[in-house]
Parts: sequence; structure tokens; C-alpha cells
Amino acid sequence: MTEPILAEHHPLDDLIRADRMPHIWCPGCGIGIAMRCYAQGILDSGLPVKDHVVVSGIGCSGRVAGYMNLDSYHTTHGRAIPFAMGIKLAKPELMVTVFSGDGDLVAIGGNHLIHAARRNIDVKVICINNFNFGMTGGQFGPTTPRGAIATTAPYGNFELPFNLPYLLAAAGANYIARWTTLHARQLKKSILEAFSKPGFTFIEVLAPCPIGFGKSNNINDGLEEMELYRDRCVMARQGEMNPEELEIDLREDKPILIGKFIDRDRPPFHPFMKGQS
Amino acid sequence: MAAEQVRTGLHFMSGDEACAEGALAAGCRFFGGYPITPSTEIAEHLARRLPEVNGVFVQMEDELASMAIILGASAAGARAMTATSGPGFSLMMENIGLGMMLELPCVVIDVQRGSPSTGLPTMPGQSDVMQARWGSHGDYESIAYAPWSPQEMFDLTIHCFNVADRYRLPVFLLADEVVGHMVERVAVPACDSIEHWERKHAATPPGEHFEPFKITDPDLVPPIVHAGEGYCIHYTGLTHDERGYPDMTAATHNELVTRLVEKVRVNRENIIRTEGYSLEDAEIVVIAYGCTARSARQAVREARQAGIRAGLLRLISLWPFPEEEIARLATRARSLIVAEMNLGQISREVERCARRPARGVFHAGGMMIPPDPILQAIREASA
Amino acid sequence: MRTEIRIAGFGGQGVALAGLILGKALAIYSGYEAVMTQSYGPEARGGASSANLVVSDEPIDYPFVLTPNILVALSQEAYALYRPGTKRDAILIIDQDLVIPTNSDSCYGISSTRLAEELGRRVVTNVVMVGFFTAVTRLLTREAVERAIADTVKPKTLPLNLKAFEVGYTQPVIPVNLRGNHE
Repeated sequence: MTEPILAEHHPLDDLIRADRMPHIWCPGCGIGIAMRCYAQGILDSGLPVKDHVVVSGIGCSGRVAGYMNLDSYHTTHGRAIPFAMGIKLAKPELMVTVFSGDGDLVAIGGNHLIHAARRNIDVKVICINNFNFGMTGGQFGPTTPRGAIATTAPYGNFELPFNLPYLLAAAGANYIARWTTLHARQLKKSILEAFSKPGFTFIEVLAPCPIGFGKSNNINDGLEEMELYRDRCVMARQGEMNPEELEIDLREDKPILIGKFIDRDRPPFHPFMKGQS
Repeated sequence: MAAEQVRTGLHFMSGDEACAEGALAAGCRFFGGYPITPSTEIAEHLARRLPEVNGVFVQMEDELASMAIILGASAAGARAMTATSGPGFSLMMENIGLGMMLELPCVVIDVQRGSPSTGLPTMPGQSDVMQARWGSHGDYESIAYAPWSPQEMFDLTIHCFNVADRYRLPVFLLADEVVGHMVERVAVPACDSIEHWERKHAATPPGEHFEPFKITDPDLVPPIVHAGEGYCIHYTGLTHDERGYPDMTAATHNELVTRLVEKVRVNRENIIRTEGYSLEDAEIVVIAYGCTARSARQAVREARQAGIRAGLLRLISLWPFPEEEIARLATRARSLIVAEMNLGQISREVERCARRPARGVFHAGGMMIPPDPILQAIREASA
Repeated sequence: MRTEIRIAGFGGQGVALAGLILGKALAIYSGYEAVMTQSYGPEARGGASSANLVVSDEPIDYPFVLTPNILVALSQEAYALYRPGTKRDAILIIDQDLVIPTNSDSCYGISSTRLAEELGRRVVTNVVMVGFFTAVTRLLTREAVERAIADTVKPKTLPLNLKAFEVGYTQPVIPVNLRGNHE
């Protein structure tokens, strides 16, 4: 048996608030992986840590702000993006990331999401999509597939879900990608790309929610969902966006398109100041 | 050429414009808002003026976002403001609560119109008074001022920024359509004579141990730090401890919320503003605020001419309520009259503090209460 | 002494700007207290629009015009709408080409629109009227109004506006029963 290696210091120690551990996330949850990718992205960004700011809304993913050792703002449900806009416009030198979940950003915050994309404000959004409202125990949301079981959809969800990359492309974001928590390296690389891309960037991260979504929809645990990602994920060709192909239903045996969908250079939002033009 | 931050001199301008100029004079460099009658002129004026002074004007998608963006700007250190009317004020309540909890200074202008719901968009009201006090869920103590002229729209907007920064909370200017739209002389003072109260910034340098919500001063206001200064501070709308970390226990909650309320109460003498007219020997005291106080003063003057010992207490601040002053007046005055453009909101407060009924001159809104019904009430009280 | 002034016309005649210039001249350059209010909302879209000024040498409490001492009417509709609520012995000033007063009314008439057109720009009708108002009412000095015009209008339109003021100011000030004259 090999000797355990005792590390004095982990490279990410300074970026995580150790005094806030243990975190609230369930076994098998994917949010921690995505947070780790974000932390690694911050270290690799070359920007001083003090210039990174994270803003979250409400929900399990919203707790990321509280675990990151940054200037971090845990705001109201759905309003992380406009709050982040205020920080960014008041101090444009800061790298402002919104880290939140699909329920927060797309349901109650949906209007702010599409308008921020339309304005192309230089805010980086990392959106965990676990297909349900996890923190409150698995209610259906705007990303829940039709027919999926949720506590507020006991007979199966009657509604059709949003197709997030397609929505954001129409709304006007400069950069749109989708990864899963299985694709940690690609996700980190994508986060770095977003940091260096002026304008509104949106990264959807599919993440297991074994307690809220998986158990009622025949996905037994986090590992099983990760295996499902491995079996089904297919890299998209950049620039090609077929709305039907972008749809996701974990319960169906059909490919899940991942990758970078949009990388363009629409002018980022900047308030006009006299003397510049 | 540098544009004027302060347009020193005499102007003939509307209350809404005066409010916008007051904001600029106060050093406000950030406006996020959604147009709504009768406050729109504030946004229009700032859309033109803010870029001249390197400020930021953003028109948001709704009032939820408007309130959120000014809190974000404030968190980054900017003096930030929004302007709205009743329907928008309702939508702002969610993030007003966040502002109270995160203790982020900012100014919210509510140019009141006839309400509830869409009500009377172009006509005056004073019925958001209780909403300004209790509108967001939970216990908090709010601060609100009620201007009665374009001059006060200017002066009190500046004062709102100062009070917001000193006590770290969103502060309300409860104007009304009459005062917002009427055009009158406004004297803008010299730049260096405008009062500026700074935010109390943390003395501890970044990197050293710092507990952002630890209270050491008797004013109960924690020193502030801003995004990007290197403190790596966590702000949460959850109940939090002195480190700013979520701490969902009854004890911490009680301590935090009590302090948020006490922070305003212990400083009330520096916040409350009233003005008296002919109060010295008044047997009948009229209490009014905003545009209604103009009619009340005329009614009092006419009553005096008719030999009735009437006086006016004008509430310049509405919240926190001047409890002691009302109680004192109540012991001296034979009769109290409250005139307001709603069906009895401040009147309840007056009765609570006076411990006896007050005569009400109410109107639900849509027109400024003229002097006559107030004079009539004075006559009835003196009979 | 409280004086109430109503300037009324149809949308586009610039009655609000006329009120603003006069208010400024009164409140800033003549030492009076002055308050201007306007009608807002659907009633201000097209149709009759008005600017209302209360002037006094004491602080003004109630800011609204109740029964004007001076009515300036730039359209028949405005005259018909506002004349009944105006003081019996009020000073009445009209655009004599656009308003036919009732038999009993004696008015100060000016062809403000035609004079503005002769200056090449119909938009200065309001300033022609401001000039005539100044000459008729003697509430204000010519200098006070000219200064108010100077810091109200766009700099490049100032010469035209001052000319318009001059034209209005120098028209003959004779109260006439216009209906009588026509007969």
C-alpha cells in the first residue's frame, strides 16, 4: 500500500473559505465540481484575485458566492445579474461573474438574463442546470423536461423546457457554451475563454442533482448521471445551432450536444460618456 | 471642457429636474431606473446630464432590476439612485429589503401618484407613505423625507445621499406629482458649500483580520468596504454574523435585526426634520407634509387672520416618525388636524403618539388638497 | 398681491415654453415669487394645452391657478374652454386671427402667428406673444424677459427669438372689442 501524501497547502486553499466548510451540497451533487473549475479559472486568469467578484442569487448554486474567498454577493432570488451589472458598471476594471442555477437565472430571473444578453453587458454567467429547483426539494422549473417527475409535477411535468443556448443566442450573448460536470477541463478552459471575451458570456453546466431530480426520474445517483453524460455527450460544431438537437432529456436515449456554440464580437454594453465617442 | 457638476445659481425648474440636479450635486454618478410617470423627467434629465460628468445612466428592464443594479453600484462604492412611482416602488420592495440587510446606501425617489394599482398616472397622491415604512417584508426601520417644493427636491435629494451613506441603508424621497412637476425658483448653492457626509470606511487595511459587520461605534453602523478593494468580503441577504457569514440561528437573527432597527432609532435626532409655523401659541395644530403642507400653511395663515390660534407642524421627514415631538405638541394643543392625500396613513401615527384622536382632512388623491377644507377643519375645531 | 396667469392654446404652439420664459423672468430677474404648473396626461395630448403661472410678492402656498387675472388665448378652443373660469375683469390677450371673442369681451389682440410667419419661423409665435404680453401687462421689464429668453432658448436661435420678442413688444397696445370692430 502506498503512503498517503499529506499536503500542507492546496493551490485553491486561498480561494475557498475553509471556515465555511462543510458545504451544504448533497452527495453526488455537481455544483462543487463546477465551483472548482471556476476557482481554477480564477487562478489561471492572470488577474489579481481581488479583481474577481462573484455574485449569486438564491438556490444551491447560489451558495457558491459564500464559499469563494472573493468579494462575494449572495443577493435575492433572480436578481444576481442586475446586481452584478451595477458592480461592473461602477468599477469596470473588475471581472464580475454570476454563478447561479437554472431556477434562479432562468425562472425568476429570466427577464434579467435575456436583457443582459441583449445589452451584451460584460458579465460572466456560469449557470448550473440540474433540471429542477434543488434546494427546496425538487420542484419543476423552466429547464425540467416534459414528462419528468417533480414534487410539483407528480403526474409528470406538463410544460416544455427552455433551450438555454438557443435562447441566449437569440437574446444576443457574445459567447455561449455548454458543458457537464464530467467535462471539468473543458469547462475550466471555457471559463478562461469567457474571462477574456468582452461582453455577455453564458456557460451552461449540466450537473447531477441526484436527490432533487435524479431519484424521481430513474437516475439513481450522481455517478449514474455522470455515466450518462459520458455515454451521450457529443461535441457540437461551433456556429451550428439546430434547436431540436440542443434539447436535453436525460431520460431519452438521444445525444446531448456540448461545446462552444457561439463566439462572436457584438459590441459590449458601455454607457456613453461625453468626451469619448 | 469639464461639465458642471453643480449648476450654481438661480433656476426656474421643475421638482423632478431639481431632484436630478440635487443628485448630481451630491456626487451621484449612477442611475438605474425604469421610466414611470410622474418621475420620468428625473431619468430623462439624468440621461442627458450623467454622461457629461462621467456618470453612468442605465435604463433597466423593470424596477426589480433597477433596485438591484443600484445596490450593486453602491457595493462597488458609487453614490447610486433610482426614481419611480407607486407601481415601481412596489416592485422595488424585494431589493429594498436586500439593501437593508446588506446595509448598502442608496437613494430611491418615489414621485407618488394616485394609487393603488395603475391608479392615476399623471395625478398626485401621498398614499405610499406606509409602503415606505413597511413595504418590504420583515422588521427594519426606514428613513423617508417629503419635499414640499422644487427647492426641497434639490436640497433633500442631497440630504438623502448623506443620510444613506452615514447610516448605510436605502433612503427614500417621498415626493408627489405636484411637487415633481411644478416649476419654481431653485437656488443651487456653490459647490463647496454643499454638505457631503462620507461613508464610514473600514480603517483596517485589506489582508488583515476584519469582521465587516462587527459593531464598535455607538451609532451601530458598521464600517463599509467595497468590491475590488481586496477585503474579500461576503455579503448575504441571509441572516449573517459579524463576519458576514450566513448564521441561521434565532439568536443571531434577533441580534442582527434588532441592530438594523436600532441603528436608525439611536440616530433619529440627526435624521428627523420638522418645521413649525405659528406653533408657539397654537391651540389648533395642523400636521401636514409634501405638497399638502403648502395648502395647510395657507389655511393656517387665513385662520390666524380670522383670529384663530392655529399653527402648522410640517413633517420634512416622515420616517422615523417624530414621536416625541408629536407627543409634546399633543399635551399643549387643544386640537390636532392631519391633512394628507390619502385616507389616513400619517394620521394613525399621529394618533398613536398623541394618544388621542386627530381630525383628518383626507383625499384619496388625484388633486392637491386645497386650503379651504383644511381651513374648514380648523374652524370646526375652534368652534 | 396674487396674480394668476393662464396661457392656453393647442399643442405645438409652445405655451409651456412661453410660461417658462415668463416664470423665469418673474422669479429670477424681477424678484417675484412665481410657480408654474401645467396640465399633464391625456388632456395635454393635442387639443387645448395650458401653462399656468401664479405670481406674488409673498411666498406662494397653493400653486394652482384658480381664476386667472390674465388669460392669453392662442386658439378658439382655449378661449372657449378657459374664458368662463377667468375673472370677469381679467386682462384678455388673444391671437386675433385665431380667436373670435364674445361680444362683451374687450381684448388685446395681436396677430402673433402671422407675425411669426413673417419672421420666417412659425415656432416663435409663443415668443411674439411673450413680447406682446410684456407690453400689455407691464408686470415685467423688457430686460428681464430678454434675459429669461437668453437662458431658455438654444443659443443659435437666440437672435430670432429676440427679434420675435421685439416684434410682439412693439405692437400697439389698444384694448378693442374685436367683434365690435368686425361689425
